[in-house]
Amino acid sequence: MAKELKLMKGNEAIAEAAIRSGCDGYFGYPITPQSEVMEYLMLEKPWERTGMVVLQAESEVSSINMVYGGAGAGKKVMTSSSSPGISLMQEGLTYLAGAELPCLVVNVVRGGPGLGTIQPSQADYFQATKGGGHGDYQLFVLAPASVQEMYDFVFDAWDIAFKYRNPVMILSDGAIGQVMEKLYVGDYVPRWTEEQIHENAPWAAFGKPATRDHNIITSLELDSAKEEIHNQKLQAKYREMERNEVRFEEINCEDAEYIFVAYGSSARIAQKAIQLGREKGIKVGLLRPITLFPFPTKRLGELSKQVKGMLSVEMSAGQMVTDVRLAAENRCKVEHYGRFGGMIPTPHEVLEAMETKIINA
Amino acid sequence: MIFNQEIIKPENLVYTKTKVLTDNVMHYCPGCGHGRIHRIVAEVIEEMGIQDKAICIAPVGCSVLAYNYFNVDSLGAAHGRAPALATAIQRLYPDNHVFTYQGDGDLAAIGTAETMHACNRGENIVIIFVNNGIYGMTGGQMAPTTLIGMKTATSPYGRDIHLHGYPLRITELLADLPGTYFITRQSVHTPAAVRKAKKAVEMAFQNQKNKKGTSFIEIVSNCNSGWKMSAPDANKWMEENMFPKYPIGDIKVDGVKVSK
Repeated sequence: MAKELKLMKGNEAIAEAAIRSGCDGYFGYPITPQSEVMEYLMLEKPWERTGMVVLQAESEVSSINMVYGGAGAGKKVMTSSSSPGISLMQEGLTYLAGAELPCLVVNVVRGGPGLGTIQPSQADYFQATKGGGHGDYQLFVLAPASVQEMYDFVFDAWDIAFKYRNPVMILSDGAIGQVMEKLYVGDYVPRWTEEQIHENAPWAAFGKPATRDHNIITSLELDSAKEEIHNQKLQAKYREMERNEVRFEEINCEDAEYIFVAYGSSARIAQKAIQLGREKGIKVGLLRPITLFPFPTKRLGELSKQVKGMLSVEMSAGQMVTDVRLAAENRCKVEHYGRFGGMIPTPHEVLEAMETKIINA
Repeated sequence: MIFNQEIIKPENLVYTKTKVLTDNVMHYCPGCGHGRIHRIVAEVIEEMGIQDKAICIAPVGCSVLAYNYFNVDSLGAAHGRAPALATAIQRLYPDNHVFTYQGDGDLAAIGTAETMHACNRGENIVIIFVNNGIYGMTGGQMAPTTLIGMKTATSPYGRDIHLHGYPLRITELLADLPGTYFITRQSVHTPAAVRKAKKAVEMAFQNQKNKKGTSFIEIVSNCNSGWKMSAPDANKWMEENMFPKYPIGDIKVDGVKVSK
């Protein structure tokens, strides 16, 4: 594959990846700190490059429902937003999950609650990984820690979304969205032809040929017994994701006595904290969950038998730490260190937190 | 004496159900207009030969199960969001015929933003808007189009403008938007009215075929259950009370407002 080196913001990488990954449609609404996604698309005019549709909706409520329409018609469609906008999309997301529609939603998280701040945050972890809207459902959640991963995960998202007929969320943050880094971009994946859509999404509503019954996309089932069966099917799908799709990265875990658990920007900070810790002679490592749902519960459970303690580092008041504790099952000490409201911790304070909350506690 | 066997001979056939409607038994109340409105939409789809291109967006409301009756690919939208779904699908499949089928609560209350903006962008979609002045499915609550003084489950003493505000004529508002190409208000309470309404539906889908922009058909209909009347009384009440507020006729044709 021909690789081309570029310098881009994380948000721009999302947009470029959309064009190159065969995305059919992007529907969005401006919000800081992710507005560059749609700005880049409108500037690039992908309808001339690949035929991709780009549209600015009147609200996030509308853009997620445009995604619902496009996804229901078998197309690769996406939206992006930041926390307050993602809150508005929760209605659409539960309908998408209920109707089992594949799509991509990017959340470049900022500090909350409410209008909050435009600075980076990871306080939307619960919303992303525990459903978010009403009903029992799961999004598939990918957490990029670099501009390169912002780009790569868009390609991965389509595969997962269509394999499981499930919405995929890329849970990023304002730092990864705004930072400029080098990245490699590859060849274009062509958009699906109508024949490929018919083959890959035979369930979709794209116009009924005479040869089949009409396709219906809905999340409604008035018969409770049938709705329970539908729920059981969804749960079975989520368990299958847990068996097959867990992704994580380990750094210096082989001999580690203590590990950080951190994703996204926090993982980058923790990586530097490892270096500082190792220089001081502390055997410290990092487990970086790449999929937040499904969560690397099993691997963390194994590590909890090896290490003396784990520190979950998040730009939140402590959300992922609950999943780390469930994985560790009290086999080792698990604590949380976080900054919130848009504040980013330094590697020194993260290492210090490891020392005071875990090592010397 | 004519026997049944004689009557159903093919050469005696004067009317048949369009194959664009399924054989499912409709759940609508006896006397309700939805059955007739479904039928004329389905007949137009059959007559234009666009069953394979038609995509129905069903709302939340009495016609939430419209996809069980229209024998075309369909999507059930969240409450009020049908025009957003239709926007995306029509843009992704420009040669298809995407239409929404919505009630007054869905289109003119919770979905006002989606409706206004889809029409303002001039999306090449057909919107069928059934206005009966009440929320039927949830048990007869006040709608944005409920008339002043009209009693509903949430305006039990009659709609009071100081408490509830005014009835909304969204169709007239939409006619002011440059994106709308065809706007009309029809009814289906008499055979003549059904024929006129069907002509309007046909014009809407023809406009769509010619990529003219948004076509919007309001159909003022009864809700004899919600209004707590017999079907004939409901139709009479509709003529006497609904039509003065929601006058029947074309409002905008070929992108030009009809002068009154």
